[in-house]
Amino acid sequence: MRRAKLIIIGGSAGSLQVILGIIPAIGPSFPLPVLILVHRNVGFESNLEELFSSRTRASIKEVEEKEPILPGTIYIAPADYHVLIEEDQTFSLDYSERVNFSRPSIDVTFRCAADVYGKELVCVLLSGGNADGVEGLEYVKTKSGIAVVQDPATAEVPYMPQHAVNRVAVDFIVPAEEMPAFIKGLAYLPPA
Amino acid sequence: MIAAIRYEEMEILLNDLFTRYGYDFTEYSKASLQRRIQRLFTLDKFPSFAEFRHRLQNDAQYFRRFVEEVTVNVTEMLRDPSFYRTLRTTILPVLATYPFIRIWHAGCSTGEEVYSMAILLKEAGLLHKSLLYGTDINPLVIEKARKGIFPVSQMQKYSENYIQSGGINDFSSYYTANYHLAKFDSSLTGKMIFSTHNLVSDFSFNEFQLILCRNVLIYFERSLQAKVFKLFDYSLENFGYLALGSKESLRFSPIADRYKQIGKEKIWRKVHEEG
Repeated sequence: MRRAKLIIIGGSAGSLQVILGIIPAIGPSFPLPVLILVHRNVGFESNLEELFSSRTRASIKEVEEKEPILPGTIYIAPADYHVLIEEDQTFSLDYSERVNFSRPSIDVTFRCAADVYGKELVCVLLSGGNADGVEGLEYVKTKSGIAVVQDPATAEVPYMPQHAVNRVAVDFIVPAEEMPAFIKGLAYLPPA
Repeated sequence: MIAAIRYEEMEILLNDLFTRYGYDFTEYSKASLQRRIQRLFTLDKFPSFAEFRHRLQNDAQYFRRFVEEVTVNVTEMLRDPSFYRTLRTTILPVLATYPFIRIWHAGCSTGEEVYSMAILLKEAGLLHKSLLYGTDINPLVIEKARKGIFPVSQMQKYSENYIQSGGINDFSSYYTANYHLAKFDSSLTGKMIFSTHNLVSDFSFNEFQLILCRNVLIYFERSLQAKVFKLFDYSLENFGYLALGSKESLRFSPIADRYKQIGKEKIWRKVHEEG
């Protein structure tokens, strides 16, 4: 396996607890950028920034359009926008139609990131009640990226990860309680 | 497996379109544009990029479809109610002091925001002395905007937005519902002028006290954003207001130092003229 350049974590219903577990594992010296993409209309607090910042000293910010993607930073997708990634590794935002009834759509960002980062991308799909993210994960694999799925048996709402496991040749199926250590480990993989 | 339009191919296509039709998309944000072009390519079942390119070069009608489909036309009435609340409480009282109010909705799509503004002006007793200009690059959405007919299915959401924005009337008093369509009152439409206008290539056409351009600049690269900000600056009276989308900012623009943000909302006031 090789050193990744970007980690994207996508989740929907039931993923907040898992994400809250992951955040402390990402410290200020974490060598990768992490993008958190959650569907907000499923009982999420709108102020995730505040919620996360008490759990880590890494810098946490909402994605701003045209900003460069920097290591050691946890980016949060803003509510009601798709997050796209440009060829020069900057973010852009998009207010086009919902995809899978979702905006942000996990599929949209996984796919776009795979075009830019290819095999240096890690995409993680957590608990959720719809299939958003599954197709994107499949696309990530066609670009030789790394696909990680929360073990459906440990998911509060297993629908989303289960679909991914059924349909995609995922690289890792990780139980919720091991997810923080797993994400932390991604930082210390040797270069390709 | 459908072929993917590569970035190099997209560049070729954009250069073609500029040469052939004078529409310049080369400074649009590429990730979004690629997605839209890919979507059209797939939808219309082109067997290859070469055929797609050939059709666009030789069929002006198809190019029209390209403009309609590739530009994003998602909008809603009174989106971000707190933004509209600030317009009501902070901006309209200032505009009220002018003998005549000119407002420009740049990139207005199907016009929902123009109708939202007209409702606010009407409730502030200002509509009679206002003119609202709505422009968009896409002629099809401009036709829709002129009609002022929107799906009834949206009205519940718009009504909620309306109440949150500080509206105190019955929102349904502004339209007549007929089956699945809601036609907005002609007293609103009468104060609107809709026209096509391309922010990339067209010039300023008037001077305004308020320009709204929300969720349009996110589709432009920084270089193009800078040009459009200059166009807005040129089109805005001194002490006029510029309103952007909730994730857009004047911060990195060449005109930033002459503008002052109003509270937390994405509204800036022009406080100095250039030079």
